[in-house]
Amino acid sequence: MPLLTLTTFLPLAGVLFILMIRAQDEAAILNIRRVALITTVATFLVSIGIWTGFDPKNPGFQLTETAGWSGGFFAYRMGVDGISILFVLLTTFLMPFCILASWESVQVRVKEYMIAFLVLETLMIGVFCATDLVLFYVFFEGGLIPMFLIIGIWGGQRRVYASYKFFLYTLAGSVLMMLAIMAMYWESGTTDITELVNHPFPATMQWWLWFAFFASFAVKMPMWPVHTWLPDAHVEAPTAGSVLLAAILLKMGGYGFLRFSLPMFPLASADLAPFIFTLSVVAIVYTSLVALVQEDMKKLIAYSSVAHMGYVTMGIFTLNTQGLQGAVFQMFSHGLVSGALFLCVGVVYDRLHTREIAAYGGLVNRMPAYATVFMVMTMANVGLPGTSGFIGEFLTLSAAFQVNTWVAAFAALGVILSAAYALWLFRRVVWGALTKANLKAMMDLSPREIGILAPLVVLVILFGVYPLPILDATAASLEALLRSVHAAIDAAGQTASSGPLPLIR
Amino acid sequence: MYSLIVFLPLIGFLVAGAVALFGAAATVPAPEGGHDAHGHHDDHHAAHAEHDDHAHGDHDDHHHAVEPAAPGSRVAELVTTGLLFVSAILSWVAFISVGFGEHETQSIKVLTWITSGAMQIDWAFRVDTLTVVMLVVVNTVSSLVHLYSIGYMAEDPDRPRFFAYLSLFTFAMLMLVTADNLVQMFFGWEGVGLASYLLIGFWYKKPSASAAAIKAFVVNRVGDFGFMLGIFGIFVMFGTISLTDIFANVATVEGKTLHFLWGDWDAITVICLLLFMGACGKSAQFLLHTWLPDAMEGPTPVSALIHAATMVTAGVFMVARLSPLFDLSPTALTVVTLVGAVTAFFAATVGLVQNDIKRVIAYSTCSQLGYMFVALGVGAYGAGVFHLFTHAFFKALLFLGAGSVIMASHHEQDMRSMGGLRNKIPLTFWAMTLGTLAITGVGIPGTEIGFAGFLSKDAIIESAFAGHNPMSGFAAVLLVIAAGFTSFYSWRLVFLTFFGASRAPKDVYDHAKESPLVVLIPLGVLSLGAVLAGMVFYGHYVGEEQAEFWKGSLFYGPENHILHAMHEVSFLVKVSPFLAMLVGLAVAYWFYIVNPALPKKLAAALPGLYKFLLNKWYFDELYDLIFVRPAFAIGRLFWKTGDGAIIDGLGPNGVAARVQDVTARVVRLQTGYVYHYAFAMVIGVAALITWAMFAGGQ
Repeated sequence: MPLLTLTTFLPLAGVLFILMIRAQDEAAILNIRRVALITTVATFLVSIGIWTGFDPKNPGFQLTETAGWSGGFFAYRMGVDGISILFVLLTTFLMPFCILASWESVQVRVKEYMIAFLVLETLMIGVFCATDLVLFYVFFEGGLIPMFLIIGIWGGQRRVYASYKFFLYTLAGSVLMMLAIMAMYWESGTTDITELVNHPFPATMQWWLWFAFFASFAVKMPMWPVHTWLPDAHVEAPTAGSVLLAAILLKMGGYGFLRFSLPMFPLASADLAPFIFTLSVVAIVYTSLVALVQEDMKKLIAYSSVAHMGYVTMGIFTLNTQGLQGAVFQMFSHGLVSGALFLCVGVVYDRLHTREIAAYGGLVNRMPAYATVFMVMTMANVGLPGTSGFIGEFLTLSAAFQVNTWVAAFAALGVILSAAYALWLFRRVVWGALTKANLKAMMDLSPREIGILAPLVVLVILFGVYPLPILDATAASLEALLRSVHAAIDAAGQTASSGPLPLIR
Repeated sequence: MYSLIVFLPLIGFLVAGAVALFGAAATVPAPEGGHDAHGHHDDHHAAHAEHDDHAHGDHDDHHHAVEPAAPGSRVAELVTTGLLFVSAILSWVAFISVGFGEHETQSIKVLTWITSGAMQIDWAFRVDTLTVVMLVVVNTVSSLVHLYSIGYMAEDPDRPRFFAYLSLFTFAMLMLVTADNLVQMFFGWEGVGLASYLLIGFWYKKPSASAAAIKAFVVNRVGDFGFMLGIFGIFVMFGTISLTDIFANVATVEGKTLHFLWGDWDAITVICLLLFMGACGKSAQFLLHTWLPDAMEGPTPVSALIHAATMVTAGVFMVARLSPLFDLSPTALTVVTLVGAVTAFFAATVGLVQNDIKRVIAYSTCSQLGYMFVALGVGAYGAGVFHLFTHAFFKALLFLGAGSVIMASHHEQDMRSMGGLRNKIPLTFWAMTLGTLAITGVGIPGTEIGFAGFLSKDAIIESAFAGHNPMSGFAAVLLVIAAGFTSFYSWRLVFLTFFGASRAPKDVYDHAKESPLVVLIPLGVLSLGAVLAGMVFYGHYVGEEQAEFWKGSLFYGPENHILHAMHEVSFLVKVSPFLAMLVGLAVAYWFYIVNPALPKKLAAALPGLYKFLLNKWYFDELYDLIFVRPAFAIGRLFWKTGDGAIIDGLGPNGVAARVQDVTARVVRLQTGYVYHYAFAMVIGVAALITWAMFAGGQ
């Protein structure tokens, strides 16, 4: 059974059903919501089949599907390995929550909204399953359109500015990537990723290609200094849009580095690692400080996301096991944690229609369950051991220390700063006496909201205490990747700037 | 058995936490009505804010009485307290069987935690004498504090939450002391930090409490920054973070250098100093001490358990646990000695002039922790842990006694409004007196007869005199001076509170009454410890039987003969802390009993010094100026200028401004075109796929 194709395109079946609903009344809208929910749940259930059929010991692509019908320059090739499978599952897992989170908060153009989300799901899953360069590109850029619409139509007051900023940044990156893809095809004669990783691109060409891909991935991550679209996009996006943006779309950059930059341009990656380290460390310190002074909850979490993605890029370019595994884990964990944090903001936004921190205070007096969930997620965000947020931070930092202690020391400042901004936010929103008149009628989490948040709380703690399923799934593929990268570096006779352990004398 | 000891408090936490959560959710007042209670609070807070910095405290819990207790309070109390007592009894069983039996160091694996390449981390318990000593300290004090809190918190409506936090703390602390590797220790380390944060902020309606909670967490994180880097250093040098493997391989690492930041350093020294930074944060040592006095915002039982007896000693425990590493680095040990001595002296000076009863004890704790670090620094690890052990009893006693005083004074914490309570609360008075006799070190010099603090503190001062590192002589002198100060401020506290005429409002004084039995029982048990803990265990911790007792869990290198040397110091050294104690007592007696007007005159005569001490050497102001304000200012600069003017100005806004002109008209997206967009998008994707599938053809 073509499981990957089924998972990828199942949401489109839901789109077809929704398109068939012509009526405009309440019942029809409810049906639209139900169809979207059922579709996303069904997609998740199917994707569990991918997990059970996946062999974590096998480093290569699995469940591969190839349609040999393409006589053109690319083909339909799908597959998952230890790097991508987690993101496929994260996507299918979070989608039902996104639909549920939009259940009451989205009241206009419900039909189009649900269609946009389902199409987006197909494109996101496709990105992680595609093993053909062009196919990847189609999914990767295609995702831009529904997200652009989601922000631009169902967003807040400055949605048009935000959506164009998002679009411009991403577009600028993708143009360069497109050129690089063409160059790679001319050089190697294939767009099959499994063949491309074995193609030795000349060293100088690697640099150009590396930068072209970097432009696109750095915007997606986002890395400092091309991160400024993210706070605006998050602030304006509807809650579910923010969740997907933070949890999935941001991961495409890190995934791209692992899938393309490292294996295909290993020499350039090794040479440019210090450059990435610098940007990562600046991102961690700079955006953490900016997060400290935010007045808007979503902006604060958005800046915190940029800082957390700094650990990911740093980890990836340490080119060692802890760094890569830590980076993937950090991406996965951040998907759960930031998603949950945006849902937390959504909960109070739905009640009070403001994201301004100063408008809140003392919520715990009326919303104890909400305060508990928010506390757990705040602690996961600051990387408290026992939550999933710790594992990725710890592994990437320990990897950085092996490569360059300056990088590790500066990045570890994020540990202090994250505690400062996250607890400062928690204090202003949740703690304190309940004095503001309009807060006195706030109601605690509804059963629907508990249903959305409780599984995330459980997973964040579960993977903090027992992260092995995640780490084991990624181990074989990442080890294989590292071996090939280091083999290429050794073959080129390069003294890798990020070789192992120059520290001990 | 060890799993039971550690996980019973976790079960208690989960039960009480569930009770708290469901109880709170069930009793949230309806949106209408129910506001009066809150309004009432706010009035108090407003009035409260007018008080000066030293007068605020546990005001909240008495007017909480207007709110009904959360449902299930009794269940939560009994379950958590009961489980803790079981855990404490098992700990004593373990203590006797490991400390006094033939037990090899055991490692009990529970679960694999993290596996990444060469990094293998398990959830595992390490059981040796040091572990069981800590188990006894933590569980004994914790179970007594649980019991005490049933009385102390009786009027608080949020008891299930309180007991849940207490048990959570205990669990994290047990994970810390039983850790078989540094990362699990770090888990416990941060876990107790979380519990401390939650408990300091327990009365979250008070702005001062939530500020203190954040401060505690963030300052601790500064220490944890060093701790983490230290762990990474260990991983780089040893290729493992398991304690057993580290200790087995110290010889191979000794003498190697590690490139850290700008230079090459002796590997063990740099690792030890980084780890010690973590210890400084958790144990509130000089420069990272600022959070501890503020932590007194938490309820008093919390101060006794977390901020006196257990959590703050985690740094001492860590250094003792890693004695095989520290013992190889004279430089690191010298730094430990210096920091400990300065802290002991600094905190004692501040303690001299504080007026809040809890803050006096808080600075006293800070100072006593300094003593412990001096002991570790001169290599007398047994003496450091011995003082940790005895200190847990008498300091918990002093805090719980202070809590009893505070209850009797109707939640007044300022000693200037107390006095003459001796006859009103005689049992508390005697308990506090025993605690004071213990902390000031009363005993017969030259013998092993005396209160707990006499034996452990004098052991530290003797070892400092006998020590060989460049700072040990300096430390010994500071410690003797600090012993005099300790005696002064401790007796000052007793005299101001229990003697003289009452300075409290008449009705408060008249209504002062002895605390209930659940409060007095813990005081009695701890008094017993304050009297006997020193005499009973002296021989095992630092005396003749120490080698059989510790069984190698504390490491003394072949050149470390401190435990012998300390017994051979001259009689003058042995008697010096005793003399300092007598001087302190005499001055306190003269100042507060004979001539109570004198302290005011002295303060007026030396206003600069008095202000300097009263304001804690101005550390808070200094840190605010050089860390807190700049962080916010830089954040704002990066945000408005960096992101706003430079990045956006040069980048997207230039382009976007133009695009927006054009697209302002396209905003009609909102009006009905969107359906077409969505449709076009679907068609586009469909067309693309169709083309991909069939265009190539076979």
